[in-house]
Amino acid sequence: MSDVRLMWRKFLNVVMLTLTGVAALAVVSVLFMILGYLIWNGGKSLNWDFFTKLPKPVGEDGGGMANAIVGSLKLLLLAAVMGLPVGLMAGVYLAEFSGKTFAFVIRYTTDLLNGVPSIVIGIFAYSLIVLPVKHFSALAGGVALAVMVIPITVRATEEFLRAVPVSLREGAMALGASKWRTIATVILPAASAGVITGMLLALARVAGETAPLLFTAFSNRYWSPGWQQPIASLPVMIYTYAIAPYDDWHRQAWAAGLVLLGLVLVANLGCRLVLNRRGTYRSV
Amino acid sequence: MASAAQGKELTARVTPKVRTADSSSTFIGKEESLRFEILGLDFFYGSKQAVFGLNLKIPKNKVTALIGPSGCGKSTFLRTLNRMNETIPNTRVVGQVLLDGQDILQMDVVKLRRRVGMVFQRPNPFPKSIYDNVAYGLRINGYKGKLSDLVEHSLRRAALWDEVKDYLQKSAFALSGGQQQRLCIARALAVDPEVLLLDEPCSALDPVTTAKIEELMFHLKDSCTMAIVTHNMQQAARASDYTAFMLDGKLIEHNETPKLFTTPHDPRTEAYITGRFG
Repeated sequence: MSDVRLMWRKFLNVVMLTLTGVAALAVVSVLFMILGYLIWNGGKSLNWDFFTKLPKPVGEDGGGMANAIVGSLKLLLLAAVMGLPVGLMAGVYLAEFSGKTFAFVIRYTTDLLNGVPSIVIGIFAYSLIVLPVKHFSALAGGVALAVMVIPITVRATEEFLRAVPVSLREGAMALGASKWRTIATVILPAASAGVITGMLLALARVAGETAPLLFTAFSNRYWSPGWQQPIASLPVMIYTYAIAPYDDWHRQAWAAGLVLLGLVLVANLGCRLVLNRRGTYRSV
Repeated sequence: MASAAQGKELTARVTPKVRTADSSSTFIGKEESLRFEILGLDFFYGSKQAVFGLNLKIPKNKVTALIGPSGCGKSTFLRTLNRMNETIPNTRVVGQVLLDGQDILQMDVVKLRRRVGMVFQRPNPFPKSIYDNVAYGLRINGYKGKLSDLVEHSLRRAALWDEVKDYLQKSAFALSGGQQQRLCIARALAVDPEVLLLDEPCSALDPVTTAKIEELMFHLKDSCTMAIVTHNMQQAARASDYTAFMLDGKLIEHNETPKLFTTPHDPRTEAYITGRFG
């Protein structure tokens, strides 16, 4: 091989290495820029009032978003109660029971559902719940979010159940366990860490959704008792406050963004801690 | 859904053509009672036949070893004895497998598997504590007595009690490979099976642990009939009373272990045990 050719190969090697490295760095730095900007701007506006007070009328400074924080939690609770069990059971069916063709259909449909723009899901919940009762409600927002939670949960459950080794199934079957018994007592526990993480990711994902809430849960500048009234949520508040022409509202929008991120992060870490404490069970 | 598949399988089973045995197991003494009697067994994965017209007698309270090169169908055959192959889609059984004179294909599969336990090639403890692993079979079978006594008894039978008695609540994954395999044996023994099927139970273990398991098998003979698939011919020679040699899905030779290893009748058996192939 000639020297020129060798030089060229070395040169190309360095160039490609640099290009991929720069791209990787760009990905990481974008995330850190967002985080940094959020903490910088949000941190300045964050105070105790933000967590405890209701929004002030336009023109008055101060106030907080206590109702939106509780509202977001209530909406997530609804999404979890309605979406997670359905997603979990459909995932179990997909991984354990369905034949090839039907599984393909379910999997394909689930992926499509996952790809449906969130605003479309909002319209769906709007026409399903808001139109018949003629008012926005927390329930409608919860349904919209639940519809988004389901496909993510289905696929996570399926994937983690499939990852459980066949040998465990056979071990349980060989002891005379029925299929359902095997799933409930051996396979699901073995996959639980992954399945729970998947569920949490699904909730974290919808926690930041604005579009499906815009015309289902709508928003509310006051407390919203029960499930039948319009309810405030952090993402919709961020949207409303960010496009408003008031500096004070912009600051509050930043703070709301930071709180939303914090909520998701705390939930994630908490879950991980609980799962880690169960230790070796995860090593399957 | 599963039961529908089983139903289909049942209808697919054809009346067995009982073939004349090529090795009629006449050496098995009249006084020895049989646990398993297999008559004209064919097994299919889809359209591919893996076992051909197999006839075999497995006497009570003895160890029967199945040897043969990889892919000769010995594991497949072993797994038909507790109908584990039914968990694989598109499989089909033809022929008769009699357990104490009863056709296992007509039996309730849960009852069958309670009577015929299985230990697999790789230790497969459940992600539970040592105690819960052993208690698993008892719990799913609705055992009403005192669990802890039976757990201890089973662990003792599997020669594991002394090593784990202080750690019963620890995860089974904390055990070494050999301990895990003995735990799996204890788990199988807990439901007090009449037969224990061992599918290459020592292939993932070191020689010392292997020796322990062979010794364990020797002691278990009092209460249990065993069938073991092994790639290790020394193991078959050491640990079994009868040996069956399989090749390409067919039973070539079946005899008392010392006789099969010293004076094989079939040239293919001789070639295999002397290491000329396989």
